[in-house]
Amino acid sequence: MTNVEEKQFTLSGEPFLQLRHVSKRFGGVQALENVDFEILLGEVHALVGENGSGKSTLVKIATGVLQPETGAEIIIGGKKVTFLTPFEAHHLGIHVVHQDLSLFPNLSVAENIASHFYLEGFRSFVDWRKIWERSTEVMEKLGVSLPLDVEVRKLPIADQQLVAICRAIAGYARLIILDEPTSSLTWKEVNRLFTFIRGLKEQGIAILFISHRLDEVLEISDRVTVLRDGKKVGTFPTRELDQSKLSFLMTGKKLAFTRDTRMHKVAPEVLRVENLSRTNQYRDISFSLRKGEILGIIGPRGSGRTEMALSLFGLNPPDGGKIYVEGKEFRGESVQRAISLGIGYVPENRLLQGLVLDQSVENNLVITVLKKLLEKGRLLDPRRKQEFARQTVKDFGIKASDVEAPVRSLSGGNQQKVVLAKWILTEPRILILDTPTHGVDIGAKESIYQSMVELTEKGLSIILISDEEQEVMMVSDRILVMKGGKIVEEFDARSMAEEDLRRKVRE
Amino acid sequence: MKFQMRRQTELYLLAIVVVLSIFLTVMNPKFLTLENLFDLLRNNSFLGIVALGELIVLISGGIDVSFTATATVAQYIMGVIISRTMVNSVLLAFLIPIPIGIALGAINGCLVYYTRVNPVIITISTLNFYYGVLMFISKGTWIYKFPPTFREFAKLKLFTLMSSKGVPFGVSIFTLFWVILGIITFFLLKYLPIGRKIYAVGGNLEAARRAGFNIFRIQLFVYCYIGLLAGVAGFVHAELNQMIQPNAIVGMELDVIAAAILGGASVFGGVGTVGGTFLGVLLIAIVKNGLILMKASAYWHEVIMGSIIVLAASISAYQRKLQIRREKGRFVEEQLF
Repeated sequence: MTNVEEKQFTLSGEPFLQLRHVSKRFGGVQALENVDFEILLGEVHALVGENGSGKSTLVKIATGVLQPETGAEIIIGGKKVTFLTPFEAHHLGIHVVHQDLSLFPNLSVAENIASHFYLEGFRSFVDWRKIWERSTEVMEKLGVSLPLDVEVRKLPIADQQLVAICRAIAGYARLIILDEPTSSLTWKEVNRLFTFIRGLKEQGIAILFISHRLDEVLEISDRVTVLRDGKKVGTFPTRELDQSKLSFLMTGKKLAFTRDTRMHKVAPEVLRVENLSRTNQYRDISFSLRKGEILGIIGPRGSGRTEMALSLFGLNPPDGGKIYVEGKEFRGESVQRAISLGIGYVPENRLLQGLVLDQSVENNLVITVLKKLLEKGRLLDPRRKQEFARQTVKDFGIKASDVEAPVRSLSGGNQQKVVLAKWILTEPRILILDTPTHGVDIGAKESIYQSMVELTEKGLSIILISDEEQEVMMVSDRILVMKGGKIVEEFDARSMAEEDLRRKVRE
Repeated sequence: MKFQMRRQTELYLLAIVVVLSIFLTVMNPKFLTLENLFDLLRNNSFLGIVALGELIVLISGGIDVSFTATATVAQYIMGVIISRTMVNSVLLAFLIPIPIGIALGAINGCLVYYTRVNPVIITISTLNFYYGVLMFISKGTWIYKFPPTFREFAKLKLFTLMSSKGVPFGVSIFTLFWVILGIITFFLLKYLPIGRKIYAVGGNLEAARRAGFNIFRIQLFVYCYIGLLAGVAGFVHAELNQMIQPNAIVGMELDVIAAAILGGASVFGGVGTVGGTFLGVLLIAIVKNGLILMKASAYWHEVIMGSIIVLAASISAYQRKLQIRREKGRFVEEQLF
């Protein structure tokens, strides 16, 4: 027993992949500058950095998709590799589990896992028994049990992900790169994935974990490598880090955002929801929202939070309960009515999808309010349009060289502000934001929070739907915890520590 | 969920074929005779053979509408050669259209891969190109002077029975062509690595690329395969009709695509089986046969064919939607209530 453990332990200590002095330029942009990187067998190593920090370039170099500038050294399994191709990387045991999983949805679990046989192994005929045996063997080794003959598309995403990891192991992976593996999982599934990753670790597999979610990075990794603007900030043992240290390392800035503790208890109520229910989605939802308040609703995916929000916006009529908007009853019958009552809804992902990136800031801003800008002859006055856009840019503090500049040229945070502004221009009194910072950099997050606070100061009320405890704690006045279609708790954001909230939400 | 979806499609189809057959037999007892059935299988062997090729292209995520022109060009060149030389060998005649079909298919495959233009556009263009060049050179002349063995071959049957009126009938040699090619295609899809790769590419092209599959080779193979089958089918068509008209085949694209889609293949790629395609061809054959037996106008054929395609495509799109909803439902259920 001790013998085996020792053996595994020494195995775990060996460096598997080492990159030295890696640089990469794209035209005038220095994507990576003299970066060293090392990952050990049996280690979970997190790679973090904001968008454009060079994470994906580094991964592409490690997998042979891109070649580094001369002077770089790539050492895999102790051997120096002079020219790494994707095929060679694969052959040496470096496998990527992409965010989209890259599975064959129409093929069975077994065939997906054993698909490496189609590259090498089958000379002339497909040996179905071998496919069966190999996939069973790998699943047993990893402690996964999935039906072998079911088409992958019929599995939930979390199971599909396990199939993708099993496939890497079946292809003799020694390093598995997980690219944003938790972005579409429920918390339960994330926990299961983490247990699974710890199992891989024990088998001496190296795991490179790439994620925007710092809480998850801190939970699962042994070491963290931080990149910023193409340079390596450093590699740190995870136990020496916490969220604020890590975000400081990533951005180089202290998180400046703090919210004033203000009292909204005296402000008039703008929205009241009483016993709102919809079969199989949510039930008995009651809450109220005051003017200028930010109400955080936190709950896992599938908790009914989005379904409930859609009901408030008239897209998912409830079958029980009441909604009052400034005293007027609203049955959730149509979007038109919701808008006329002053409700705005920004769905998940809309922050980025809601922009035409190659169009100017001006055109993006005015698109929701074209009607207001029409002259008598139902024509657009370009001068008025531009003036209007200039004023909006000023009001929202959007940093752009000019309103004629394409939105693409703006930084992430300013792009988000353009989207927010676009929705605010429709003059809602209540704005529902569904996970507005999903997959967004820390810096950009901060500027979204800032805009939200500024809006409430102008009298807007916001419902913020989120699955990040830190976010709702920082931004909202009150917090509702939603689980299994019900509100299980309501409290003042000031009255609770983040750790307690985390426990409450995830238990 | 216990049933695989494609199995379900096949069962539905089989049920429809049975119901339709009963209906037609009631309307006209002549329908359900061995004689009529064998005729059906003989007359539709052209359709059946090219549908196998279309199946493979559809599984790979592509589509080919140019195969009618390919078959026409292949059979016409064969016709010119054998009618000029009068070489009395069916085997030689059979061997001529095959390389022509493969070559024209290879052109399609290269264009689809290198231009990255939607294969519908590519193959509509090549359809017009191949057909146009043929019409220009041939000036639409028919060919009907064939060597004797070429004529005799068309009468070959696996076995011969006598009808009540004393007319001999049996299973045609061309039905056998169809069945053998069906078995080969089945085997290819299930037991050859290239077959599995065709499914993989149709299921997720990007994943196939990342897995290191040679996409060009797979696409080239697929379009060459339908070219090859179009060549064989061109030969079969010439034999069945004992004449070659340059405009006889072009226009049948939709029947073939309809048969494959009815049989469970999808324009989205990744699915489809040989058995389903066979049933799809059978269904279309029975509908057409029924319309003839019921003496319906030829224009009705077009109307009914069009309706069948819309219906089949809508059903498969609806099934897709149901499936997505089911998946979503399970996702929510996991945490809800």
